[in-house]
Amino acid sequence: MIRGAVRGLGELFITAGLLLLLFVAWQLWWTDVVANRAQAEITADLEQEWGDGSRGAAPAEAPQDYGDPPELAQAPDGEAFAIVRIPDFGPDWQERPVFQGTGLDLLKKGVGHYVDTAMPGAVGNFAVAGHRVTYGRPFNQIAELEPGDPIVVETADSWYVYRMRSSTIVAPDRVDVVAPVPEQPDAVPTERLMTLTACHPMYSARERFIVHAVLESWQPKSAGEPAALAAG
Amino acid sequence: MYALIWRLLPGPRPVKILLALALVVAVVFVLFEYVFPVAAPLVPFNDNTVGDPQ
Repeated sequence: MIRGAVRGLGELFITAGLLLLLFVAWQLWWTDVVANRAQAEITADLEQEWGDGSRGAAPAEAPQDYGDPPELAQAPDGEAFAIVRIPDFGPDWQERPVFQGTGLDLLKKGVGHYVDTAMPGAVGNFAVAGHRVTYGRPFNQIAELEPGDPIVVETADSWYVYRMRSSTIVAPDRVDVVAPVPEQPDAVPTERLMTLTACHPMYSARERFIVHAVLESWQPKSAGEPAALAAG
Repeated sequence: MYALIWRLLPGPRPVKILLALALVVAVVFVLFEYVFPVAAPLVPFNDNTVGDPQ
């Protein structure tokens, strides 16, 4: 009788341990597998929808000045409206879709755009959040970015090349890092910025890793791919 | 618990082994598809935004 109870308890503990191991495997491995596959499908769909004829075509000549980028209206909530590429993350890092909104369900599908921050190319702060671990971990290598590294954003009609400018580590409640002028919530923006946020340290939510970048150039799709894409 | 399951599985030993494997696969599938996704938001490192998630 007592032996049976002890055995039952032992089996319970073993089961609990197995459950925890399984959960860790699911979170750290399986969510990556599923999310990478799903995110690749989403970007492929976007590229097809946009009819990317310029893909792979080198820019014809030296980059021109195309004037101010077009003003984009805020995308509908939950819609994928852009693709982000970071050549310095290496050839294994795939392109990632950018969704409107930063809810947990959207960040499983790609990178999330903070609603009502600037759209790509606009004056202000185009701010996005992404997973650093799990769910395809789009921003896994965010801490390895160095000033000058390109961050290339593609929309239906245009390419935007941002250059990494600075990084910082802040508390999770510091919403001012995604303000039009980062850390100056009341200032009027004059620059075209992009901000990336991810968790920090890895496997923790104690702080946030923040990367700021500034728009270097933009070009319409008809001008071909930006040279920065090949730099990685 | 596991001994009881083993006894309840019908058939000769090879059949029992196959059934047990199928059970394990079914349990893992239910956990991966339905249980873990519900538990995931409770894990701290899934939070990447500043301010409240929208």
